Amino acid sequence: MGWYIGRRLLQMVPVFFGATLLIYALVFLLPGDPILALFGDKPVSETARATLTAQYNLDKPFIVQYLLFLKGIFTLDFGQSFSGQPVIDQITRAFPVTIKLAVVALVIEAVFGIVFGFIAGLRRGGIFDSTVLFLSLIVIGIPVFVLGFLGQYFIGVKWGIVRSTVGGDPALVDLLLPGAVLGALSFAYVLRLTRNSVAEGLSADHVRTATAKGLSRPRVMTVHVLRNSLIPVVTFLGTDLGALMGGAVVTEGIFNVPGVGNLLYQSVIRQEGPTVVSVVTILVLVYLVANLVVDLLYAVLDPRIRYV
Amino acid sequence: MQSPFSRRNGLKGVLGIAALTTLAACGGGDDGGSGSGEGGSGDSGGDVVVNGTEPQNPLVPTNTNEVGGGRLLDSLWAGLVYYKADGSPEMDVAESIESTDAQNYTIKIKSDQTFSDGTPVTAKSFVDAWNYGALGTNAQLSSYFFEPIEGYEAVQAEPPTAQTMSGLAVVDDTTFTVKLVQPESDFRLRLGYSAFYPLPESAYSDIAAYGENPIGNGPYKLREQGAWQHNVRIDFVPNETYGGPREAQNDSLAFIFYETYDAAYSALQGGDLDVLDNIPSSALLTYRDDLGDRAVNQPAAIFQSFCIPEGLAGFGGEEGKLRRQALSYAFDRAAVCKAIFNDTRTPAKDFTSPVIAGYSETIPGNEVLSYDEAQAKQLWDQANAIAPWNGSTFTIAYNTDGDHQAWVDAVTASIRQVLGIQAEGRPYPTFSQIRTEITNRTIEGAFRTGWQADYPALYNFLAPLYATGAGSNDGDYSNPQFDALLQQAAGTTDEDQSNAILQQAQTILFSDLPVLPLWYANASGGFGEQANDVEFGWNSVPLYYQITKS
Repeated sequence: MGWYIGRRLLQMVPVFFGATLLIYALVFLLPGDPILALFGDKPVSETARATLTAQYNLDKPFIVQYLLFLKGIFTLDFGQSFSGQPVIDQITRAFPVTIKLAVVALVIEAVFGIVFGFIAGLRRGGIFDSTVLFLSLIVIGIPVFVLGFLGQYFIGVKWGIVRSTVGGDPALVDLLLPGAVLGALSFAYVLRLTRNSVAEGLSADHVRTATAKGLSRPRVMTVHVLRNSLIPVVTFLGTDLGALMGGAVVTEGIFNVPGVGNLLYQSVIRQEGPTVVSVVTILVLVYLVANLVVDLLYAVLDPRIRYV
Repeated sequence: MQSPFSRRNGLKGVLGIAALTTLAACGGGDDGGSGSGEGGSGDSGGDVVVNGTEPQNPLVPTNTNEVGGGRLLDSLWAGLVYYKADGSPEMDVAESIESTDAQNYTIKIKSDQTFSDGTPVTAKSFVDAWNYGALGTNAQLSSYFFEPIEGYEAVQAEPPTAQTMSGLAVVDDTTFTVKLVQPESDFRLRLGYSAFYPLPESAYSDIAAYGENPIGNGPYKLREQGAWQHNVRIDFVPNETYGGPREAQNDSLAFIFYETYDAAYSALQGGDLDVLDNIPSSALLTYRDDLGDRAVNQPAAIFQSFCIPEGLAGFGGEEGKLRRQALSYAFDRAAVCKAIFNDTRTPAKDFTSPVIAGYSETIPGNEVLSYDEAQAKQLWDQANAIAPWNGSTFTIAYNTDGDHQAWVDAVTASIRQVLGIQAEGRPYPTFSQIRTEITNRTIEGAFRTGWQADYPALYNFLAPLYATGAGSNDGDYSNPQFDALLQQAAGTTDEDQSNAILQQAQTILFSDLPVLPLWYANASGGFGEQANDVEFGWNSVPLYYQITKS
């Protein structure tokens, strides 16, 4: 097990370098001059341009900029944004908010997806099953921003059940609506995965054996059917956490959640290379760690899988 | 398939799991989540919540040139003068600003003025701040504002040959003098702009830290150290040491930063916001129904146009003049304003803005801004008689991260139809990209341009944009006659006379058409049911200090 974790951690190293280099190159190749963007329609004096260009290393070749950035990362110095704020401050403000939002989304999609999927799986072919499958298909078909605007308009503005926008330092209740919107798409997948998995599990040999042994029905249901059925679902949820953090860009915009998506959007607009790369790098790491945790959870859920 | 289990037992297990997971989730989330009770409708009645955007820079007056930071500066600082809603200047910190030749100014400030930390505001506070803003190595975004002052060249040289401008001199604690390179009759009008605000002595030791927790002399101050929560909000309370004319009428002022105006508009409708200064394009069709008499729509000091650069093939000389006029006649400004902008733009009648003193909608030559298909065709044919059109496609470049595609498509379609030539939009993904090509003069064809005034004067709409070699003269327009009139206006201390000369200068623009005027952007906004005394200023920013809440 220890070796396995070690090997997985080592695998992260090339992924880390590859991802940062790629993203840095993409940001660098973006056409347009960030200094000009900073000044808007107004004139830029030559001295000011020279000073700012030197300050942000914009005069150096791409690979030197990248190496300087890496050097900064390893000394835990993520550099400064054009507005003079340390990037690390922006990150430590934005990430907790997005993590909170992603976890709310994950919990909503997991709870509702597994519960509805489980019931649908037990009654495959029934009215509940058909209805739920149909509704989940609709949810998959609707773009997130449509769902977001509709939810915001009716639940937030029209009926006033929750606040229509979130703002800073959000309370849990404020995040329920954006979380539900964010998790809506994955919810449909979780539901369908669970449903199929449970339906398959019901006819499995070990379930029949367990029932024949005279185990109580709830025990058969939870330990023998649900637990085995959850393996693909947990895999999906794990990798989904990474996707949720990245996918928060649209949702955060609609509900004005000052998280990673917001930060990323602003930084891309202002061509703040270091901020964009730092944020995406952390997202990549989150994704890798989530994958690792998923793989480790396998062993817990399925005793047949053992890492030596 | 028949389920082998009874419904009840099956459900029980599931509900158990669901309940456990939900509980765990609530427990985990509550730790970091609770405790934000503010932002709702307070009982005190005077806590006003308005929209804003995260400032691009630390809050240093000379380093802020965008509206997100600018509106905060205007609440935190008081300048020598301030602008009333109609753009007319009134004394704020200044006691008097005197000049007999429009070139040498003597400025007296009121005595016993203080910053919000109690330190006095003196003549030196202004002179030092201006010198700081002008010095090239400080790379301040608004340094070009000090260009008219004598000695600016020296502090902007690379490397600077002086640290301070020779045109500034402190006479005593409350008096200083300014000497300009040449007469500028509207100089006193500029002094309300944020670049001219004073700084306390303590600012210079660590300007970045100061910009994070600024100390000003205006109607408001930060609620406390760290009241600026980046990307989230900034909180102001009235500054009790301020004794000027813009005294805060509310108990507090909170700016909530929104990533999109769509979100801000939802917040206004949901009651979380008292004043919104811009309506998102998605709500333009409905906002007047949504808000009723709480909707605001009035012209602002924003002029929009598209520029046809002097060097563009087929647009030089007499032939070019005719083509420019033909294009101008070939589309219907009023129809575009109505159909695309739902009347939140006002068709242009000149090169400035109706909210500026001296504006006139009867400048000779402005009939070229009307829609006349026959006239357009005739002028185009006249141009073709001089030199036939080269048959290439006429393009208007625009950035797609602004609201431009719809009008560009409409205007080019109309040109195609009326003149029978190929015309289309040329999209650029970002503002930064189009600016780069404009600045490097690598952009091809015509391109969209716009100007938001820094201070309410006709001169500000003309000199920086069309004077030979001016900083924002993107089309490289040059006309000695026009330059001479600008200079004459600048040297005239009588305001009416000066404005008359500037109107005369605009007749030259109407004949040459370096840019085709389109429309003035309106200040479109709205306010909540509880907000009173909401008034939008000449620069389309609400006068925050006078807003109260019932």
